[in-house]
Amino acid sequence: MKAALALLARDVTLAWREGGAIGTAIGFYLVVVAITPLGLGPDLNLLARIAPGMLWIALLLAALLSADRIFHNDYEDGALDVLTTGPLPLPLVAAVKSLAHWLTTGVPLALLAPLLGLLLNLPVAAWPLLVLAMLVGTPAVSFVASIGASLTLGLRRSGLLLALLVLPLYVPVLIFGVATASAAITGPTSSWPPFLMLCALSLASIVLAPIAAAAALRTALR
Amino acid sequence: MPERIGLAAHDISCQRGGRVLFHDLSFALAPSEGLLVTGPNGAGKTSLLRQIAGLLPLAAGWLNLEGAKQDAELPELCHYVGHLNGIKTSFTVRENLAFWADYLGENDGSVPSALGAFGLTPLADFPAGLLSAGQKRKLALSRLFAATRPIWLLDEPQVSLDAPSLKLLEAAIKDHLEGGGIAVVASHTALKTKFAHKVALGGKRKP
Repeated sequence: MKAALALLARDVTLAWREGGAIGTAIGFYLVVVAITPLGLGPDLNLLARIAPGMLWIALLLAALLSADRIFHNDYEDGALDVLTTGPLPLPLVAAVKSLAHWLTTGVPLALLAPLLGLLLNLPVAAWPLLVLAMLVGTPAVSFVASIGASLTLGLRRSGLLLALLVLPLYVPVLIFGVATASAAITGPTSSWPPFLMLCALSLASIVLAPIAAAAALRTALR
Repeated sequence: MPERIGLAAHDISCQRGGRVLFHDLSFALAPSEGLLVTGPNGAGKTSLLRQIAGLLPLAAGWLNLEGAKQDAELPELCHYVGHLNGIKTSFTVRENLAFWADYLGENDGSVPSALGAFGLTPLADFPAGLLSAGQKRKLALSRLFAATRPIWLLDEPQVSLDAPSLKLLEAAIKDHLEGGGIAVVASHTALKTKFAHKVALGGKRKP
């Protein structure tokens, strides 16, 4: 437990200190959402309708930007070798590192969403559900990204390959995430069924993704 | 004081990229015994250490722990210091060691003595990214003192160390062995430490 907390604290501190991870993700998120109205024109109804989808897509892409950092730096400087000799089993190492990624990208991006929703004329009534859906759905984003990050470990310019591997896996998260917020805006269906599906997706990926990531890490370390 | 355990290898082989690096290698290390692994580049010195640390699977044979607790796992008893130092450049020297002390072992308060082991105390609050190659090496080796573990796996530990630090390293290995620990050191240059066993890899090679 102490080892897991130490690793979590280290990864969160590193993400803050090295800046690149959080800063780039937030900057990218902001820019993508800000240029959308410029491309679509000032049709407020149209913007309000596509706002949840736009925010979710921008969030997924922004989170992917920093996904390769989950394992890459530790692999490059040899720390991953030493981490495997620690008291934590490798799947737990992967889980803790994914959790740190969620805390440093998923959470800030989700909390920023309503602010960017202003740019897209997102109805205020939909804000709480949008943020809630994003907070619940982003663990799936980080944990699934850890599979891609471990598979592309040691490859040069792995970012694009990672996106190709992982984005298709995000389709369910995207569908149910957007459905939760859209239902709150347009009605008349309830937001809860898609929201609960989103919870299920997150829980399943928290349990399963670290096992897959650990298997890929083992191969990368050989 | 590390727990007293023995490590034995029975006919282990190593295969990398379809090539057999070594085969039918056996050794038995009792507590307080060291093993020096020598051999030319590419003979499999690093691979042997990585096999013991559990990073590389054995192609054949098995490794045996003697006198360890029932549920002990070999990698968790090992300190592995490889070619890469595993240092976070945006952390200070102290933060680097504090993390490994928390992560690898449960003993508290080991950080000050670990800092002193290779004379890094004056640099404790210095960013690790600004250290020289030799200082980074010393920081990596200080990890050995941040947590107590019975088996030391050192891969070319003397690389980029200056003469006084080399003496400290030799003394550290000697103390560890005298305290009942085990050390497996891969090196192609001579270390003054006395090793009970020696293995020369890469003598004859099977295709």
